[in-house]
Amino acid sequence: MAKNTKTGYEPMTSIEAITAGLDTVGYISISQISTAVFLAHGLRKPILIEGPAGVGKTDLAASLSKWLNLPLIRLQCYEGLDEGKALYEWKYGKQLLYTQILKEKLNELLGGAETLKDSLSKLSGFEDLFFSPQFLEARPLLHAMQQDRGSVLLIDEIDKSDEAFEAFLLEVLSDYQVTVPEIGTIKANVPPLVILTSNNVRELGDALKRRCLHLHIGFPDHEREQRIVRARVDGISDTLLNQLVRFVQSVRETDIKKRPSIAETVDWARTLLLLHASTLDEAFVRDTLNVLLKHESDIAAVSPAIGKMVREATGPDARGRLASGYPDMG
Amino acid sequence: MEKQISNFIRALRSADVRVSTGEALDAARTVAMIGYDDRAMMRDSLACVLAKSESEKQIHDRLFELYFSSAPAGSAAQSAGAENEGEPGEDPKDAAERLSQLTQQGNEQALATAIERAAEQAGLNDIRFSTQVAYFAQSMVRAMGGEQLQARLLEALQGRTPDADAEAQRLIDVRRTLTMTARERAERAFQIFGAAETEKFRDEVAATKRLSAIEANDMARMKQLVAKVAKRLAVKHSRRRKRTQRGLLDVRRTMRANAGVDGIPFNVIWRQKKKDRPKIIVICDVSGSVALYVRFLLLLLFSMKEAIPDLHAFAFSYRLKSVDDILETMEFDAAIKKILREIGLGSTSYGQAFSDFKMEHENKIDRRTTIIILGDGRSNYGDPRLDLFRDFAGRAKRVIWLNPEGRALWGTGDSVIPRYEPFCAQMSHVATLKDLEKAIDEVLTAYS
Repeated sequence: MAKNTKTGYEPMTSIEAITAGLDTVGYISISQISTAVFLAHGLRKPILIEGPAGVGKTDLAASLSKWLNLPLIRLQCYEGLDEGKALYEWKYGKQLLYTQILKEKLNELLGGAETLKDSLSKLSGFEDLFFSPQFLEARPLLHAMQQDRGSVLLIDEIDKSDEAFEAFLLEVLSDYQVTVPEIGTIKANVPPLVILTSNNVRELGDALKRRCLHLHIGFPDHEREQRIVRARVDGISDTLLNQLVRFVQSVRETDIKKRPSIAETVDWARTLLLLHASTLDEAFVRDTLNVLLKHESDIAAVSPAIGKMVREATGPDARGRLASGYPDMG
Repeated sequence: MEKQISNFIRALRSADVRVSTGEALDAARTVAMIGYDDRAMMRDSLACVLAKSESEKQIHDRLFELYFSSAPAGSAAQSAGAENEGEPGEDPKDAAERLSQLTQQGNEQALATAIERAAEQAGLNDIRFSTQVAYFAQSMVRAMGGEQLQARLLEALQGRTPDADAEAQRLIDVRRTLTMTARERAERAFQIFGAAETEKFRDEVAATKRLSAIEANDMARMKQLVAKVAKRLAVKHSRRRKRTQRGLLDVRRTMRANAGVDGIPFNVIWRQKKKDRPKIIVICDVSGSVALYVRFLLLLLFSMKEAIPDLHAFAFSYRLKSVDDILETMEFDAAIKKILREIGLGSTSYGQAFSDFKMEHENKIDRRTTIIILGDGRSNYGDPRLDLFRDFAGRAKRVIWLNPEGRALWGTGDSVIPRYEPFCAQMSHVATLKDLEKAIDEVLTAYS
């Protein structure tokens, strides 16, 4: 595919390059994620990311923008979000102010006109003045189209928006262009890299899904989680890291309402580090469990097993030994 | 390779993964971009483009392994195509020789290629049912020149010399190897193209089977089916809940929206009519024969929480109790067991159940509520308390009665169904999952 030399997408030459690039900004990718990003760029299609909260869906967009040095344009969806908030709006206030200021000037200009017809024809020469790009307030979608080097457009929690908005989004996402009736069609010179995230609050429409590449990010395995925590938390010791990740992984296997995700693991690691914990012990875990589990009932469900889980997490384990062989990057 | 991809997409479609033409094109572009040297990468890429949910991804990955595990490199199939073979005119001796060559050690690649070509001639991709495996295997052997081999074998058998006997034995082995290889290939084709079709057929059967006749080993399938139905209904009925009414100006909102332009109404906002959110109260008779149906109705309704946020369930045989807590806190099967054990005892009394409901839960009924009653209306000759029932029906939006008994039995013996019927917006016979789906669909449609 012929590439414009001026775009900011240059570094995405291969799947490996993407994995390595994301690594430099602290995002530990896996091949599925990098593949999706590579294809999104190659096929010019948005990526729809699904998965539990806190596994790095939003973070992928942020990391991509950081790595590629492109602006991150974020559109947070919510119920009632409409075109005016997402695409563009006229700056009514400014238009009004300008008409007031220019009133005298207009009077002067129109003063010479004898009849109503005359003044109308004179006026028609100016009317575009107030509906010009100058008075156009670009909202995230339009803003993303206007970036010369491309951009990363994050449409967060699309499942929270109304179906009407979803349908409206289809047009924008398939052609990367928007139509402003008073001005005309604005087409993106360099289409943005679009990332949509969904927490599955409601089932998305088939039409939208069909236009997107589908990527599911689940909970990470032991090794990847260790690497992520190491990249995010400075100065954590290998022993503690290995133990706490093993503990979190075993918590995820229990039957609880809200399983802790990477965000919680990172928070917990920071908490333990603040408390100067060098290894995991039961008292520490009990005191800080509310960082990891966000529901009272979940804490109650896990509590009786803490002793056993801590012993298992700190005891010898083939998996643990293997993973701790990684060089310390922190 | 394009052919491989399009066949693979066909297999996906037959496994109920909806792949549009646009996606098929994307798949082709993807393969062109990624190449097909790295299988894992190709699998991930295609999954990304073709699968649109977690479950579809699983189907995709399974089919990918099946499909691409054997497909020979396209070039090998073409280069070997030059040999003449399997044509009716071929000399039996040559054919037999060629085939026995194929089955010898070291010729696996050539054999695989020949099998693939035979599969294509036999139209193996049309396989749909497991009973067709033998037929397709035979057609494949024939396409490879099996008839000539057979003729040669008969000739050898008639020779009656030690040499001829040895020859015959050798040819029998050749035939066996060929048949087995062809069978394996046909079996795999069935896994790819047919297995899902058979599943679909079984699902179809299960959906129209009487719910009381579902056997224990079909329960897992039924649960999946119910989940599918629930999803379908939920998607259909969780559409947006506002409808613009053109012609009625919403003065307040219009003024606010245009405050920035001096209150000149540039943007006119019309009054909107909000649709009611469905509110359902379901009252189940859990005695005797009806108990089997309760399970499915509750499973269906509780799988649709997103479309029916306001759902209350009650069960009774003699006394009526709320079962919301049990259903929400326990795993579904265990919950049903507990409900049946705790409430399913005692002789059925609709009158008692309605008076219990009146005493404790009547305030849950409002004009948005649909009351669904699942029961056979056999009340052991007790007072049906029509007065209470009429009262409920008056307060609620609608009352729907689902009866597992056939219409012919209504009103026979101790059935008091006909006396309740005048107060119900609808009274229907529900025997299968299809009936259930239709009934719930109607309930929810009344809210749009």
